[in-house]
Amino acid sequence: MMAFSLAWRQLRSQWAAGEVRVLLVALILAVTATTSVGFFTDRIQSSLQSQGNLLLGADLVISADHALAAKYRTEAMRRQLKTIQTLEFPSMVVNGDSSQLAEIKAVEAGFPLRGDLTVSQQLHGAGSIAKGIPAAGKVWIEPRLANLLSLKPGDTIEVGEANFTVDAILQREPSRGGDMFSIAPRLMMNVADVPATKLIQFGSRVRYQLLVAADRESIADFSAWAKPQLARGERLEDISSARPEMKSALEKAQQFLGLSAMVGVILAMVAMFLASLPYVQKSLDTYALMRCFGAPKQLIVRILLWQTLLLALVGSVIGCLLGFFAQQGLAVLAGKLFLEKLPEPSLVPAVAGLLAGFATMLAVVWPHLLRLSEVPALRILRRDLGDSDTANWTSFIPAVVVLAALVLWQAGNIKLAGAALLTLSVLILVTGLLALYAGKLLSRLPTGSIGAWKLGLAGLKRRPLMATAQVVGISLGLMALILLALVRGDLLQNWQSSLPADAPNRFVINIQPTQIQGVKEFFTEVGITNAEVFPMVRGRLVAVNHQPLNTKQYQDERSQRLAEREFNLSWAADMQSDNQLESGKWWQPGEHGKPMLSLEKGLAESLQLKLGDTLTYDIAGTRLDLPITSLRKVEWDTMRANFFAVTPPGVLDEFAASYITSFHLPLGKEETLNQLIRRFSNLTVIDVAALMQQVRGIMTKMTYAVEYVFGFSLLAGLAVLYAALVATREERVREATLLRVLGASRLQVTLAILAEFFCIGLIAAVVASLAANAMAYYVSVHLLSIPYRFNVQLSLLALLLSVLMVPLAAWLGIRGFLNQSPRALLQSI
Amino acid sequence: MHKPFAVEAIALNKHVISSDSRLDILTNLSLEVPQGERLAIVGSSGSGKSTLLSLLAGLDTPGSGKVLINGENISNQDEDGRAAVRGKHMGFVFQSFQLLPALTALENVMLPLQLAGRRDAPALALAALTKVGLAQRLAHYPKQLSGGEQQRVAIARAFAPNPAILFADEPTGNLDAVTGHNIIELLFALNAEAGTTLILVTHDMALAQRCQRILKLQDGQLVNDEQSGLISL
Repeated sequence: MMAFSLAWRQLRSQWAAGEVRVLLVALILAVTATTSVGFFTDRIQSSLQSQGNLLLGADLVISADHALAAKYRTEAMRRQLKTIQTLEFPSMVVNGDSSQLAEIKAVEAGFPLRGDLTVSQQLHGAGSIAKGIPAAGKVWIEPRLANLLSLKPGDTIEVGEANFTVDAILQREPSRGGDMFSIAPRLMMNVADVPATKLIQFGSRVRYQLLVAADRESIADFSAWAKPQLARGERLEDISSARPEMKSALEKAQQFLGLSAMVGVILAMVAMFLASLPYVQKSLDTYALMRCFGAPKQLIVRILLWQTLLLALVGSVIGCLLGFFAQQGLAVLAGKLFLEKLPEPSLVPAVAGLLAGFATMLAVVWPHLLRLSEVPALRILRRDLGDSDTANWTSFIPAVVVLAALVLWQAGNIKLAGAALLTLSVLILVTGLLALYAGKLLSRLPTGSIGAWKLGLAGLKRRPLMATAQVVGISLGLMALILLALVRGDLLQNWQSSLPADAPNRFVINIQPTQIQGVKEFFTEVGITNAEVFPMVRGRLVAVNHQPLNTKQYQDERSQRLAEREFNLSWAADMQSDNQLESGKWWQPGEHGKPMLSLEKGLAESLQLKLGDTLTYDIAGTRLDLPITSLRKVEWDTMRANFFAVTPPGVLDEFAASYITSFHLPLGKEETLNQLIRRFSNLTVIDVAALMQQVRGIMTKMTYAVEYVFGFSLLAGLAVLYAALVATREERVREATLLRVLGASRLQVTLAILAEFFCIGLIAAVVASLAANAMAYYVSVHLLSIPYRFNVQLSLLALLLSVLMVPLAAWLGIRGFLNQSPRALLQSI
Repeated sequence: MHKPFAVEAIALNKHVISSDSRLDILTNLSLEVPQGERLAIVGSSGSGKSTLLSLLAGLDTPGSGKVLINGENISNQDEDGRAAVRGKHMGFVFQSFQLLPALTALENVMLPLQLAGRRDAPALALAALTKVGLAQRLAHYPKQLSGGEQQRVAIARAFAPNPAILFADEPTGNLDAVTGHNIIELLFALNAEAGTTLILVTHDMALAQRCQRILKLQDGQLVNDEQSGLISL
């Protein structure tokens, strides 16, 4: 109890005197930064996830080509998850004499579980959010179907053996997805009407779906339960499997948020370590005196432990609260930008923040505080004893272990965590050596004339350990800031360029060779200039290297599906500009007509195909052998028409081809499409504008998230810089005072400080820039798969800011003391 | 039975090794301080007086030889053992006061009492501060007190636990003549009242003369051990 009361009394007094404040502020900042990033990331991720789930109409979908076993729904209901069943099948829709193939979707009440349906009474223009689903005997149809069959609300149509009234035009359906090149227009009906159509019979192509919605944890549990239950032809879809283009953007955002949170943790720990240095230094006399008065070592250890725990408790609780309020403020701001409410934050970041606060305090600060229990009582008479030079490397082990654990946890990725820890180690080693070596070099300076400059540089060699800690601290802070700035820039640029404002938002398929000229002329007439026309021949892969293809050989379902489906083969003289050659060679003009094949790299990997393999396609009953001569990387999220398999011109001439084009249709020009359809009635227009709007919306939100989290990491970085500067302030004031007593002018002392910190800033910035660029290269290229550009301007800016701001901040820190008279200063030190 | 000496040093040696040479600070030094004696250790700077004080108080260990406090050998004890002896028997007054800047005058005086586990620490500290005339400055921090007042707090702190031996290292070294004089009067008055053994390190011969015995150190050796002519109480 005595230890606690002494610890409490000392903390209280030290708080009044100020030493402990810097440490506590660093801890609070650390916990605030980590928890607010945690809270916000948590909420943003939930928000992004549910945004993505809007595209799915649910949080999880189990789909099958046969009626799903009842166990899935029973289990989901047992777990009190929301469920809905839907059916999808193609069927002809008849209006008088005209008919059109449509994609029928029959839904139960409650559909969709996520997102809304938008319906209207007129063909074009905004609609309103639908309340419920089509009533029995009524259907909702897409504008395209209405156009093709000249339908309007109130008309009657036939589907199978039943008649339906067109009740509304279905303007927007969140769950519209699938293979967009084979999409027929949508017709939505009530599932109760399906039997009357008599369309579902043995052998019908029907897609059965069970839609499930619940909170994240329940979904994860249910998903884990359902996965091993899946029978042949059944699969589990969530946002990442349903929409690959969203998956990549979502993953990149999550990785960046993870990276920011991880950087926040590293910075926080460095800030606390640096802040603990002056605290330990100032406490040496206290404990020496206590030893002198007879305090046993064990008592001092207990006092220190209580102090550590008290500080950890106060700092973590305040940090958690501030973190919560900080992200609450952000959420309000973000809410306006996001146009919808973020989900409530969970308790996890608060608990994690508390744990992290205690763990960091015990791992980073405690081992150094423990040195205080070793301070000899003789320090009372000999002040040089027990100074910080006695630090030994084993006291850093707990910090390294906790750092590694926290980094791994925050990064959520072993590769990223490993790379970060490696960069960190190299940075500490290099900066440490540089700082020490700079000290050695300076010690060779002639000691004759003492100019302000030399005086300042001598400061580095007088405090080799503190100077090294300071350089390493500043360097780490800078590296984190440069790294995040670099990666953030690359990521945002990558997103912007992947979906420019004029990205194609309409696809037109089924163009016949004889219509190409006419379609092109039509586009010219209406002012659409960027429409390229690509040929498309449908074929099925039947053999690899003359061995019949056995789709069962593929372990995962996706590969099986890819192998089973029909491929759209295309031909081109030149490679599309958004493709990248990964291996092999693109064909020369002289090679046109020769059997060659360029395959998309991801597909080749899934089907375990390699350069040189010969693929046999069955195209309308004719077999065609094509050796793989090159592999390409395709950016699918650009929304342009792209092909898995491309041949040189002249190879597919004997097969019937249809053509596809994609183009950007400005808003409000929808009427143009009606003209096109009227002129070429067999064409199918696929509208991806709504989908793109959603993709773009999600990317914008992710951009905001990235910016916010970046802002928080900036704060943590500044905390490190501040702690690094404060670390030696006390000693510097003492030195400056003595110099002034000895007759140095204020200018000389100021110049000495500026010179010392100029060197510290320079060394720190050079190493930080190099390390940040190396790490950013790794993160961009290997983790986020985005191109990396060495950013000279940013590195130079960091260098410039560092050599200007670090000395300036240091000078500002002790300026107040320089204005006092030497006598007043002598009394105060 | 023979009452043990308050402090006894037997054949003390202390040296330091610096780069390539060995510097002897104390050589074969022995002394005995009876209970209740006031002893001054004098000598010029570098003569080894502070080192001798640190060895006698158990703040440091000798290269060879031993120190006995009330007959108990402290030289073969570890740091904690010596700390316990200090806590039980000794009080200190330093040249630079050594008050903890983070603690108030009262808290500074309470510190050794709390370390000794005294439940009546606040009352004892208050009584000690009242004795040195600082009853009105209890809640002041060291920075808010003058040099003389700070040293009075230090004296109150030294006497509050009622130690058997008081070590004073140049107690007036940081004070002007008048204040120094007042402090010494206070120190000796309290010492006389409590009957404490006083070991005073000083280079001020006038001050040393007020002790019963004066030891003169030169180059780490005792060159003179004499009864002081002036014995004042």
